[in-house]
Amino acid sequence: MSAGLFLAVLATLWVLWESFKAFGEAVDLRLGQFEPNDRTMPHVHDIVGTLFEPSRRNGPLLIDILWDAALFTAKEAAVGFALGALVGFALGAALAHSGLLQRGFLPYVIASQTIPILAVAPMVVVWVNPRLPPSLKDWGAVAVIAAYLTFFPVTINTMRGLTSVDPRALELMRSYAATNWKVLWKLRVPTALPFIFAALKIAAPASVVGAIIGELPASIQNGLGGAILNFNQYYITAPQRLWATNLIAALLGITFFLLVLLAERLVVRRAPEHVG
Amino acid sequence: MSEPVVSLRGVTKSFEAAGVTALQSIDLDVGPGEFVSLIGPSGCGKSTLLRVVGDLVEPTSGTVVVNGKSARQARRDGDYGIVFQDAVLYDWRTVTKNIALPLELLGWDKARRAERVEELLRLVELKGFGDHHPWQLSGGMQQRVAIARALSFSPALLLMDEPFGALDEMTRERLNGELLRIWEASGATVVFVTHSIAEAVFLSTRVVVMSRRPGRIAALVDVDLPHPRNADTREEPRFFELVTAVRDRLREGGLDEESTAPGEGELLVGEETA
Amino acid sequence: MSRTRRHVSRWLPALIVFVASIAFWELLVRAFDIQDFLLPAPSDILATLRDDWSELWSAAFFTFREAVAGYVIGCTAGFLAAAAIARFRLLRAAVMPYAIAAGAIPIIAFAPITNNWFGVTGMSSKIAIAAILCFFPMLVNTMRGLTSVPASSLELMRSYAASELTVFRRVRLPTSLPYVFSGLKVATVLAMIGAIVGDYFGGAPGALGVEIRRWVGIFAFDQAWAGIVLASVLGILFYGAVALVERFALSWHPSVRGAGAE
Repeated sequence: MSAGLFLAVLATLWVLWESFKAFGEAVDLRLGQFEPNDRTMPHVHDIVGTLFEPSRRNGPLLIDILWDAALFTAKEAAVGFALGALVGFALGAALAHSGLLQRGFLPYVIASQTIPILAVAPMVVVWVNPRLPPSLKDWGAVAVIAAYLTFFPVTINTMRGLTSVDPRALELMRSYAATNWKVLWKLRVPTALPFIFAALKIAAPASVVGAIIGELPASIQNGLGGAILNFNQYYITAPQRLWATNLIAALLGITFFLLVLLAERLVVRRAPEHVG
Repeated sequence: MSEPVVSLRGVTKSFEAAGVTALQSIDLDVGPGEFVSLIGPSGCGKSTLLRVVGDLVEPTSGTVVVNGKSARQARRDGDYGIVFQDAVLYDWRTVTKNIALPLELLGWDKARRAERVEELLRLVELKGFGDHHPWQLSGGMQQRVAIARALSFSPALLLMDEPFGALDEMTRERLNGELLRIWEASGATVVFVTHSIAEAVFLSTRVVVMSRRPGRIAALVDVDLPHPRNADTREEPRFFELVTAVRDRLREGGLDEESTAPGEGELLVGEETA
Repeated sequence: MSRTRRHVSRWLPALIVFVASIAFWELLVRAFDIQDFLLPAPSDILATLRDDWSELWSAAFFTFREAVAGYVIGCTAGFLAAAAIARFRLLRAAVMPYAIAAGAIPIIAFAPITNNWFGVTGMSSKIAIAAILCFFPMLVNTMRGLTSVPASSLELMRSYAASELTVFRRVRLPTSLPYVFSGLKVATVLAMIGAIVGDYFGGAPGALGVEIRRWVGIFAFDQAWAGIVLASVLGILFYGAVALVERFALSWHPSVRGAGAE
């Protein structure tokens, strides 16, 4: 995908935003309670501009604050991602191994994602944080919540990938009298890799979402979740700050996604999942 | 030959991007009621040639006349039916509905469609399987459905691209016999692409041998075996002679391209002038 | 294997796991006297569900309606957008990476903004969140499905001189159904979660997310957990309903009929 196309799409989105805003303001457009104005739809240049202004008198630039917040959230998300991916991989491998285990547990693995994790989050925080070493005490529970959103796609895709091996390739392995372990690492895992990476591409941004959501009930100030709540309070006076925060949050999610994409290019020396 | 069903003059096809000339100056006439096989080494362009006739590929130069019209018009008018190596049946339709697909597209009413499908099921000997789904049928049966579908609107021309290539030898031979029976019953003209010399000789009235890429017509071999042909035909001495003749022409076309003048073939034993 | 035996062998392990887990859970809570804040016993949750049913149900149903409304809007929009875009190769190539990347944006972070747009207490704001969450997976999945038609099938259609619309109706659409249903199933869970999490940033007094938060705040943990269980059950039923529709719509597809049979 060329840089030119990328810029063209961004430019198109910018134009769409500003023209919709201009049009809506001109004709006093109303969609239910929504009407376009400077409060509901700040100008794009205002949103970007506010990043380079201090958010409180004599304070640091907004972008510095958000950068630190993003790093904090990224840390939680990364740990959650690693944890969730490991659990997902192990669980997926276990389910792939036994049809019985699959039939027994798969429905509940799927059902687990219907539990509104946000509602359970306070309980998780109370239970997990005291059991962590001091360095992790503040944000450990958030990582667990991020892991919760991460493990599911990895489980499902690991399972599918490990069981989608060509039967003839298996027969070949058996003709070499390869042990089950060897078969796992030399055949099943490489076969499963594209599937696993497809899941990781979903899981990585999901870990960011989990981290942001997890920060809310844990009342963590240092991350993007805290920043969102904070700027939400002051939306009336400075709407573009909340938008700017969302922009940074979006960039964080996309960055995680791109990192996994990069890892995939390096690790899977085959055509990655065809995009488009 | 009375008015040919297919008439190719100077047909050339090159793929710019790949820098490949698939077909070089093909001249060929196929008369009504003929069964013509296209055979040649891999990459000789026989499948491309078939697709040029069907207006699924546009020639770089040359003219294609099908049923007295341009290939494009013939396609638009539904003058031919096509069968691929892969049956291309739709899993979400029953056998009956799969066969009826082109008829639906042509706007036939329900009663007329039902009648025609009944006829066709009888023709390809799949009576009673109308309500089955493709996945419930064997490969050979699926191809019979594909053939029924291709014949559903009684086209003048039947194009077949290695339809039995994916089947085992015995099923293949059996389906060869059935195809001949269907051909005789329908009176269609057939252009048939194959890899198998025995199949080409068994089925055809004429075998077109193509050379290695760039594909030219290396030879035309008339097959004067009597009809109706059956399993015994495969054991007749004349059959073996013709198979050997085709094989020899193939070898020549493959090894020594320059010996064959472009577009003209060496006419062999049992030839008739067009 | 007879049909009943097949069905039983399919569902029995899950059933056993369910019963065993509930029993284990009950035992665990009683034996270790776990705080009811952390994890109440199943029997307590059931009792609360029975006692406070009308309150719990109206909250859950309120949120469920938000989720379903958002689901319908988001999935329809995603499907239509994909149908429109898939036709044009260039547009498709341009949009696909962005649609996938858009799935990487923590859309839930937009909840405060939709609250500001449509009002905190109305349903519209949560419906908007749920709709946006559903839109992108549907877009991506539908586009994948519409473009997964094998070349030979398209050649066949060309031989019939079939119009683009005909090809779409008779070939692309049925071929894309498995992918579409994949997207529809994923979206059910997203819609529910979106509606509930959206409540966290502020919502109508009767909404489930708001109520759960309130119950936690006043230490009414039995109600909070009952609410969570109810939300989860509704999510599962929603998913199950779509999966059931899928079984009928895709009765012909290998994944439903069991590939490799005959």
